[in-house]
Amino acid sequence: MKHIYLDNAATTPMDRSVVETMNKMMLNVYGNASSTHYFGRQARAVLDDSRHIIAQSINARKDDEIVFTSGGTESDNTAIIETARARKNSGRHLITTTIEHEAVLKSMEYLETCGFEVTYLPVDEKGHITLADLRAALREDTILVSIMAGNNEVGSRMPLYEIGQIVAPTNAWFHTDAVQAYGLLDIDVQKDKIDLLSTSAHKLNGPKFLGFLYRREGLNFASFLKGGDQELKRRAGTENIPAIAGFAKAVKIADRKEKLARQQKYAGFKQQLIHGLQENKVAFEVNGNSADNLQHVINIWFKGCSHEALLTNLDLNGVAASAGSACTAGSIEPSHVLTAMYGKDSPRVSESIRFSFGYQNTTADIEDLITVLTKITNKMKGRESNGIC
Amino acid sequence: MKDKSQTRVVVGMSGGVDSSVVAYLLKQQGYDVVGVFMKNWDDKKDSGVCTATEDYEDVAKVANKIGIPYYSVNFEKEYWDNVFTYFLDEYKKGRTPNPDVMCNKEVKFKAFLDYALQLDADYIAMGHYAQLKRDADGTVHLLRGADENKDQTYFLSQLSQDQLQKAMFPIGHMQKSEVRQIAEEAGLATAKKKDSTGVCFIGERNFSKFLNEFLPAKAGKMMTIDGEVKGEHYGLMNYTIGQRRGLGIGGNGESNDPWFVIGKDLSKNILYVGQGYHNEHLYADSLTGSNLSFIASIAARGREFHCTAKFRYRQKDTGVSVFLDKDKVRVEFDQPVRAITPGQEVVFYDEAECLGSATIDHAYQKTRILQYV
Repeated sequence: MKHIYLDNAATTPMDRSVVETMNKMMLNVYGNASSTHYFGRQARAVLDDSRHIIAQSINARKDDEIVFTSGGTESDNTAIIETARARKNSGRHLITTTIEHEAVLKSMEYLETCGFEVTYLPVDEKGHITLADLRAALREDTILVSIMAGNNEVGSRMPLYEIGQIVAPTNAWFHTDAVQAYGLLDIDVQKDKIDLLSTSAHKLNGPKFLGFLYRREGLNFASFLKGGDQELKRRAGTENIPAIAGFAKAVKIADRKEKLARQQKYAGFKQQLIHGLQENKVAFEVNGNSADNLQHVINIWFKGCSHEALLTNLDLNGVAASAGSACTAGSIEPSHVLTAMYGKDSPRVSESIRFSFGYQNTTADIEDLITVLTKITNKMKGRESNGIC
Repeated sequence: MKDKSQTRVVVGMSGGVDSSVVAYLLKQQGYDVVGVFMKNWDDKKDSGVCTATEDYEDVAKVANKIGIPYYSVNFEKEYWDNVFTYFLDEYKKGRTPNPDVMCNKEVKFKAFLDYALQLDADYIAMGHYAQLKRDADGTVHLLRGADENKDQTYFLSQLSQDQLQKAMFPIGHMQKSEVRQIAEEAGLATAKKKDSTGVCFIGERNFSKFLNEFLPAKAGKMMTIDGEVKGEHYGLMNYTIGQRRGLGIGGNGESNDPWFVIGKDLSKNILYVGQGYHNEHLYADSLTGSNLSFIASIAARGREFHCTAKFRYRQKDTGVSVFLDKDKVRVEFDQPVRAITPGQEVVFYDEAECLGSATIDHAYQKTRILQYV
């Protein structure tokens, strides 16, 4: 059976040249970047070069504004929890949205148990907040606004530039979780007045367990991990030089031109998929369908088909996709994102599947996907109407 | 029959040793095996510790070891609506229900079977100790498991022909010890896992405490049949006919014999207690039942026939005469039977074959109805 990977928002395959870069580093550059000898200097040079490439990718003012972390979760946790700890005398109110990633939401919930107050901005059926809601939520004691750049489940984008303009004159800092958007969109932290930004390497063909937190110069807070003075005392723990070099390589590959090419390619896949399903008379609707969504994510409601049976059938037919989030016993919990968009009683929360595209996918993959989806949904429907199920 | 490699069998994997071995054996035999774990209980609904996570972890380990895909499916709603609600309703009526019988009928061999069919399953397979014999015309006969200690036909007795025709019980001809040995030899992670003794998917926990989270316990008098008050009970639902434990009454009375639950009166909220394991109030010579369901065709047997029956799980068979009356049944015992419990099943057997069952409504001594609910 041919296996098609359409879960690139969960993680992506590594680019061959990234693997080659990392292999070279693992074999040759094994020093500790904090060491003062030759091997340490060698590692330090790779670290500095990588940091420079990455700083440039988001138009950071200084390379030192980039702090390497273990990934998106650590970056989000650090940005939110350490900001709150450092600024608790300046205010105890934070703002976020209802459709953030768990790494943000759980950090907020944690802070709520520590005496902080959090406002969760609602979203509409397209997965968008309104700027009016944001303005209304901002208070004198708001210390942080954390709003994602692009949503991982439906692909809806948030207006970073406008948010930045609103938040900048206030007491609050602006954090954005850009884990899904970073590999596809040009993000300019200066233009968008972003103070903190989280990313993860494995979402753009880099290694897992690595990411960075951009923190604007002048923001002071402690390292989330306690230990050595690495990363200018901002992140304790020996840097993973091969992974960092691999990340920089992946970022270099995803330059402006490549990002544009990927956007076009994925937008084409989306169109192909929608047309194919329409032609085959599959009963579906795209959740949060907006022209400016992240192109690599499409979330589809298959009317009357349970997401568990769909996903299992897809996998048994060689197609890897996802839905909601799996609980620890493997069963699928209703998506908090779709719940926020459509309400908990909407059939969409239990009948929707997310497909996410990657650079390795082809139009032939999408054709196969259409065939499989048509077969599965017809079969599931047929069984229902025959009264078998 | 299709080639085995073209025959898809969806195995209900619970994370226990039995279903692990089922999946392993089917894979060895060359079937297209898919493992599916059922999550039937939302641990947020009560204060107990849910073992679903651990069990699913075991399913993952075993399935990867065997080399089959595995998935999870959520039947919390189906279990709640069709098993748990029934279960609570029965307790409210002062009866002692058997949720595992209902779980098989409504969840494992219904919701799960439907789900498996959606996955193009030809069969579902389970780790029950029971056997199936298939006639040339496709009719199946449910036979007792070869391990007398483990035979689970009692719990399968309410299933229909249709449900059983789609089923496989690949370890039904084995002894439990053989199953464990196979698991060990195959290096399955569950080889030494303790058998679950809990109620279906609710798992192992303090049962009274669990029940009291859902049903308010109404304390009342504990008395002898002659009206002598012996103490207080903490809710009739917490007691079953013939029970000895937890009464908190010492010997004394007419003799030094221990005390047993010998009856209940739900309308007066009284628990009747009496002395001696063989207390006369515990012995019935007939019963009536409803929810009559037969797996095998009983047309040839007529409206009255003789066979054997069990009145609770792991009991020895008793010879009985069965009198059918539409979906109701009267069962007369060859000799008196102790602690016939309303809500449990009376399961009929002809030698090795399980014919079907009914749910016990009332127990009788001659024509006198025993005050059991």
